[in-house]
Amino acid sequence: MAIFNLNINGSEHSVDVDSNTPMLWVLRDHIKLVGTKYGCGIAQCGACTVHLGDNAVRSCQLPVSAVGEQKITTIEGLSEHGEHPVQKAWLEIDVPQCGYCQAGQIMSASALLKRNPNPSDEEIESAMNGNICRCGTYTRIKKAIKTAASSENV
Amino acid sequence: MGRRAFIKNTSLASGGLVLGFSILNSCKPEQAKEMVVREMPKEWFEMNSYLKIGDNGVVTIYTPNPEFGQNIRTSMPMLVAEELDVDWKNVLVEQAPYHADKYGFQFTGGSRGISARWEPLRMAGATARQMLIAAAAETWQVPKEEITAEAGVLQHAATKKSAGYGEMASVAATLTVPEEVQLKEVKDFKLVSRSQKNVDAKSIVTGRPLFGMDIQEEGMLIAMIEHPPAFGLTIKSVDGEAAKAMPGIKDVVTIKSFKDGYEKGGFDTNAFPELVAIVGNSTWEVMQAKKKLKVEWQPFTAYSETIAGFGGKQTINIPAGLESTTTHKSQMEALAAKPGKVVRKDGNPEVAFENATTILERSYSAPFLAHNNMEPLNAFAHVAGDKAKIAAPIQIPPLIIPTIASSLGIPKENIEMDFPRMGGGFGRKAYAHFVVEAALISQKVNAPIKLVYSREDDMTNGIYRPTYHATYRAAFDENNNLTALHVKAGGVPESPLFANRFPAGAIDNYMAEEWTIDSNISIGAFRAPRSNFMAGAEQAFLDEVAETMGKDAIQFRLDLLKRAKENPVGERNDYDADRYAGVLELVREKSAWKENDATKHRGVSAYFCHNSYAAHVLDLKMENGKPVVEKVVCAIDCGVVVNPDAATNMAEGAITDGVGNAFYGELTFQDGVPQKNNFHQYQMIRMKEAPKEIDVHFVQNEIDPTGMGEPPFPPVFGAVANALYKATGQRHYQQPFNKSREIVG
Repeated sequence: MAIFNLNINGSEHSVDVDSNTPMLWVLRDHIKLVGTKYGCGIAQCGACTVHLGDNAVRSCQLPVSAVGEQKITTIEGLSEHGEHPVQKAWLEIDVPQCGYCQAGQIMSASALLKRNPNPSDEEIESAMNGNICRCGTYTRIKKAIKTAASSENV
Repeated sequence: MGRRAFIKNTSLASGGLVLGFSILNSCKPEQAKEMVVREMPKEWFEMNSYLKIGDNGVVTIYTPNPEFGQNIRTSMPMLVAEELDVDWKNVLVEQAPYHADKYGFQFTGGSRGISARWEPLRMAGATARQMLIAAAAETWQVPKEEITAEAGVLQHAATKKSAGYGEMASVAATLTVPEEVQLKEVKDFKLVSRSQKNVDAKSIVTGRPLFGMDIQEEGMLIAMIEHPPAFGLTIKSVDGEAAKAMPGIKDVVTIKSFKDGYEKGGFDTNAFPELVAIVGNSTWEVMQAKKKLKVEWQPFTAYSETIAGFGGKQTINIPAGLESTTTHKSQMEALAAKPGKVVRKDGNPEVAFENATTILERSYSAPFLAHNNMEPLNAFAHVAGDKAKIAAPIQIPPLIIPTIASSLGIPKENIEMDFPRMGGGFGRKAYAHFVVEAALISQKVNAPIKLVYSREDDMTNGIYRPTYHATYRAAFDENNNLTALHVKAGGVPESPLFANRFPAGAIDNYMAEEWTIDSNISIGAFRAPRSNFMAGAEQAFLDEVAETMGKDAIQFRLDLLKRAKENPVGERNDYDADRYAGVLELVREKSAWKENDATKHRGVSAYFCHNSYAAHVLDLKMENGKPVVEKVVCAIDCGVVVNPDAATNMAEGAITDGVGNAFYGELTFQDGVPQKNNFHQYQMIRMKEAPKEIDVHFVQNEIDPTGMGEPPFPPVFGAVANALYKATGQRHYQQPFNKSREIVG
């Protein structure tokens, strides 16, 4: 066990955990931020996607010891009240069915739009291919990403 | 129409929450802050178990059934709000807990949610509205017939009196519940049949805790299970010492899910009733310690058990042994070649086949499938003495309560249960063995626990869609007319056959046979059980029959349906030929279907199940050897569509799910061991493979709602097979059609 000081959603958090503990479980079990989801534990489904700096990463494969001073953003910290353009687009298109994968989808989509504000269909498909939606909302996810891309201040 | 009200007089004139226990306090709908134009009320008045009205007119509706993504947490309250006649933006939605007396049979499955609640929920709203009118009449001393109640406002035109529902709620809640209520005509709906946004969308996109997996309680421990690595095995011995010595670990226990002699219900399916459980402080610590468990397994001997299901008592044989897919295949082929059990016979099919000029015979098969819900199985339980508090993301809470009570040895009445949102279900969460396991673990370790299945535990624990096989034969005379049809279907361990479905009733000489093979691999409902295989086989075969006869694929089906309508064969045909034809005609129009269209590789398919009708036209092309689904046009007749955009979303999902499972879905076994345990091995459809465009249409009618979650799924398999033939020139008979996979990191 060791103490790690983490910058999560702009706040400092101190946790005493094994250094191999994936950020997914640090977030869910220790910091009680449960918006980041467990789906597969092997970086195949994308449900646990968070931002490390500006990049979308699978938190189930990110040991707490590898974070250092890099900032972590989770779905809870993407915006204060759900007003991020990607979240707003998700609401406008009414994307979710069960909703379990959607936090991960939104974190992947928002990272994509940050580095590429106007992605093509192929670019969207490539960036989003690591996120499984068992309910099959892919057509709406793609539409929402385009809606967000066409809005201001992505 | 006047309908007798069913509502018991449970009205209380008191304020405050009627429902005491709620583990999910943090799961109250977040939209409260946004939707409500006014402050939260100072006092609530319960009108009936489904709704209470605040002194300021805000209405809380308790939605009775569990939610797993079909959006009934929006559409069910819409039914109440429609008849109450209240502004939707002043409605708050809360999930009702398990309470059989108040909420009847609380379930999610069989596409029956909306149809089962269609009348009761509207009556709940209409009854409350009538009580508000009576309260105004009494207060104002005017005849109640002269009072209008609309959009949350009561008015009396002659005296120009007016009051919000909130102002009359305290009086209304004390009145006698009316015996009869008037329900609105479909044409008068103002809310129903108009798309309303998902009431939980804001909570979902902001990561609020909604799901079973998200439950956190003071003092809660995490539990995981270790089940046998193969079907056919059970526990021999357990050495938990090394695991117990790991950091954060509290205990290692074994549990037995059923008391000896307990008579199981149809949803008590459980391949591994004896398990090892490991309990600790955090999920990661338990996962690590689980690797140190030393468990020896041993084969079990064959046994039979009596299951008391919906269809009465049934004896099931569970054979011993370690089964493999290769053996299943040869067993299925052997039985397919023998006579089966004749379930239906019309005319004289034997003679028709003897006299046939040509016979077309084709066999279809599909593998076991795992449900692979994104949220792995989980449940919270806190058993203290003879009381249990449970939060279970499950589809049919009422059916697991007796099992939990028996296994814990406590009275049923002492079980309180909430059902948080499920991260998918698709039939898997109808089988709530994991809730029993959670309760037993909590009892053993005497602490609140959350049982969490790893993805691997979830995928390898059983209750799969069975593997199936069907052989179709068609007889043609010298003029190439279809004279007979014969279907023989079976599976491991159940038959997928529906003997009375189309094209039964449309063909003079018809025979349907079935067979089964016992297995110790546990199976259960998977979105549109049995239909999800039969539709694909039947619709692919009919496509080939139409081609043999030189007929257009849609016109051929319509001709058969015309026959079934005008001069049906047999009396047990279970479909409405008009509604069936209706979806085919609608999809033909909306897809701009043309006979012999050489510009597209299109496949059509239609099916009836769960009392609804669905037809798809699917366009496909091959790109670098991979199938690309360019567009799917879909037509559905499910009666009145309560929330059209949500229903469209569900149809889009069903189509994507169907395309994915048709191309990639497969679970195989070697010596009882599932050969896939996570998504690096089990290919799920991803955005790249999803249809590029989906266009959903509903038949407009005023028929009471029928199923919606399942019906659009089964016909996808046939549409994929038929389009794939057009694109490749090859007929595909064995699912999955495309096994190539891309590893995603």
